[in-house]
Amino acid sequence: MKFIICSYLLIVSGLTYFLIQDKELKESIQRGKDIYNDFCITCHLESGEGVENTFPPLAKSDYLINNREASIKGVKYGQRGELIVNGVTYNNTMMPLGLENEEIVDVMNYVLNSWGNSGSKMVTIEEVNTLLK
Amino acid sequence: MKTLYLFVVMTNLSCGQKTDNEVNTPSETTFTAELLVDELEIPWGMVFLPDGSMLISEKSGEIIRFKDGQKTTITNGPEVYNRGQGGLLDMELHPDYENTGWIYFSFASEEGEEKGGNTAIMRAKLNGNSFTDKEILYKASPNTTKGQHFGSRLEFDDQGYLYFSIGERGERDVNPQDITRDCGKIYRIHDDGRIPEDNPFVNESNAKRAIYTYGNRNPQGMVKHPETGAIWIHEHGPQGGDEINIVQKGLNYGWPVITYGINYSGTPITDITEMEGMEQPIHYWVPSIAPSGMTFVTSDKYPAWKGNLLVGSLVFQYLERLELNGNEVTYREKLMEDIGRVRNVRQGPDGFIYVAVEGKGIYKLVPL
Repeated sequence: MKFIICSYLLIVSGLTYFLIQDKELKESIQRGKDIYNDFCITCHLESGEGVENTFPPLAKSDYLINNREASIKGVKYGQRGELIVNGVTYNNTMMPLGLENEEIVDVMNYVLNSWGNSGSKMVTIEEVNTLLK
Repeated sequence: MKTLYLFVVMTNLSCGQKTDNEVNTPSETTFTAELLVDELEIPWGMVFLPDGSMLISEKSGEIIRFKDGQKTTITNGPEVYNRGQGGLLDMELHPDYENTGWIYFSFASEEGEEKGGNTAIMRAKLNGNSFTDKEILYKASPNTTKGQHFGSRLEFDDQGYLYFSIGERGERDVNPQDITRDCGKIYRIHDDGRIPEDNPFVNESNAKRAIYTYGNRNPQGMVKHPETGAIWIHEHGPQGGDEINIVQKGLNYGWPVITYGINYSGTPITDITEMEGMEQPIHYWVPSIAPSGMTFVTSDKYPAWKGNLLVGSLVFQYLERLELNGNEVTYREKLMEDIGRVRNVRQGPDGFIYVAVEGKGIYKLVPL
């Protein structure tokens, strides 16, 4: 009996945790969309497709998925020099955008969960706060 | 009657751009692009001082003096709001710089009560390696945390009036068509910031009196025509529909009521491209080249280009050369293909063309 109660409580708290996180993620993605449409869309375009050889794509980008930390740093501190994204070499400068850390969380969650991107762990404020240049 | 109808329709259609909108690739190169100043990030403004040095403004806020191959950082420039497309932007010299010493700046500034920033115009003097006598001449309001469309370009006309552009700051449905609000405008002021009494809206109640034209989106190119003295601008359209316009007192350039562009999402903004009371551009680019910086070639260094307009392309990463017949663009050509995002282009007092490229630096075009 004890075992059943314990498992029950575990399952309920676990579900609650996931549901809350899910809600938080959804809200973060929603806010992130506004940030994206303000700061990112002019170069990376509406569906994250970018412009080949000029602005790397964010949609289904191998670089983004394999270099989560470097990607967040790129948004926080700017991005310089050569990058290879989906087999294409990019060599441009993205200046720091001047976003607040909360805004970086939101826009990263939007990008990591849009246009066929999915499955990444939710980006949190702690994660962005701790990333140093 | 049917024929007449058709005739009327056709005449209407022909009001737009006549020539085809194709850009050409030259068959032979007539110059080399020599990297004169290297390791720059976003070199937005450049001016040429009488001692042969060049001042370069970086969007980050840094100001560099380049002389005899050496870079020196100039301190005490404008305090900039670095967010999105905002930062330290353009620079211009007073027409009588040798006697007045005034250097003009445009930049994103946090000055004001609201959170965020908006475009400001300042003048200052260069003393040694530092700026002094700083005076804010104009500050658009209200501030906003939106990241786009600060405008920025500065130009003096033959009468000594200073023109500058401020983009619509991401509020296309609120700002550009309202002369009681800043942003989405070309402004005209005296060299000391006073508002000319013959500005078009000085007597309209609540109008921003420095406004000279409205219905502009985000102009990042501005140059005085070498013969007519008129101020020419170009402005970024949305997806498609970048424009070249000639600045004329009090006129409405139509954004966002009329445009040749569409939303980034591919959906139309409007299908109206012309309307009574709104100006047609003398040229529009579809697709958008994302124009930044603009100069007329007037020197004898490039005989084949004399009288041409040069415009930087951010998105296609080349320098565009446009041949003109009066106010009509007759030919377009790509120069410096794949060089990088071209942020600015100017003809120096030595007659050479200087091209500022993001992530690279300043190139000097040397004829072969």
